[in-house]
Amino acid sequence: MSKIPLQFRHNGRDVAIFVDGGTNLLVALRELIGDMTPKFGCGQGGCGTCSVLIDGELHLSCLTLAETVAGRSIETLDGMKQGPNLHPLQRAFADNFAAQCGYCTPGMLMAAKALLDRNPSPSREEVVEAISGNICRCTGYEPIVNAILAAAGGRASA
Amino acid sequence: MAVTVKTFASAGEAAGALSSDRSARYLGGGTLVMRALNEGDVSISTVVRASDRALTRIDPSGPRITLGAGVTFARILAERDLAFLHAAARSIGGPAVRNMGTVGGNLFAPNPYGDFTVALLALDATVAVQGSFGARDIPIEEFLQSRERQAGTLVLSVSCTRPASNEAFRYRKIARIKPKGGSVITIAAHLPISGGRIAGARIALGSMAPTQIRARAAERALEGRSLDAATISAAASAAAEGTSPSDNALGSAWYRREIVGVHLRRLLSGQE
Repeated sequence: MSKIPLQFRHNGRDVAIFVDGGTNLLVALRELIGDMTPKFGCGQGGCGTCSVLIDGELHLSCLTLAETVAGRSIETLDGMKQGPNLHPLQRAFADNFAAQCGYCTPGMLMAAKALLDRNPSPSREEVVEAISGNICRCTGYEPIVNAILAAAGGRASA
Repeated sequence: MAVTVKTFASAGEAAGALSSDRSARYLGGGTLVMRALNEGDVSISTVVRASDRALTRIDPSGPRITLGAGVTFARILAERDLAFLHAAARSIGGPAVRNMGTVGGNLFAPNPYGDFTVALLALDATVAVQGSFGARDIPIEEFLQSRERQAGTLVLSVSCTRPASNEAFRYRKIARIKPKGGSVITIAAHLPISGGRIAGARIALGSMAPTQIRARAAERALEGRSLDAATISAAASAAAEGTSPSDNALGSAWYRREIVGVHLRRLLSGQE
């Protein structure tokens, strides 16, 4: 079966790849572009660790047909830091011990970014709601919620 | 195994491709079809899509509102005129799933999902489908009963009643994880009041049968009465009648039968 040509923006850079019919965006990102930051967790939409932003909106890359992102802009965790400087959210995750095993962290950070891009000073409840599609089996969520609130607070006072 | 993806500009062409190929599935938000492909479902060899704007249209005006099949739950939550559907839309998935999942896809979501469809069933919805014999409107109950056979038809839109007041429509999803999780049971109640009495009660249940069903015995207990303690008790004790829940990881059939009346009572008496 022939491959399908696909072009989109990946963290501000234009990319062009060839995908098999039915390939999901997660496989395209990891295996064809080499961006290993989005993770494969459940493949069912239950865990959230494959979360990416498509045109600024939070989506699950494992449930997104790669062909549907033609011409659109994809942001992953790989595009979050600016040069050697961590994004304020990444800094807050480190400072607040929000990552233990780290497998959920890429998805948590993208869900947090989707929230703060839209709502720079969320309530605790809004943070809990924003990461409700992301499962963490280590931290018990509190350090993650605290980190996101800290990043939002830091941003507000900056 | 690679699948063939066919994208059409019009819903009509997509419907034609869908009805002529047994192994074709329509891809909406991807939360059901991509999941099946990820799990290696070899029964799907063709994925059909349509970029038709009619599928994402919302008509929130009038006594009956219409939602295109491709409307996402995030869009419903952004529509102030659809406030009566917000509780049901918010009860689905996390934010990413709500950005992807669609009204049309929810009609096909098996237990313990398909919560939005429970709300639509209580609101006397009609499903507009395009099959090989043209377009037609099907009452949602009939659609759900024949859901297995509907894979070859394309859902275009869903229309439902706009409740007369906030009080007239109530929705509750019981999940083990808050604010997100599969349904133990889901209940929606539409209770139009005419002259102080309930006229046209519709109670819909999710996860109480292979598809979403109406609690007809509970509806009979409510019909023509005022919503007082005695009526609520009668409806609650009739809630499990005619249901056939099954066991799954979220709850047993026994447990579901035990709690459906408890939660219907709380819903009808306005308790949290």
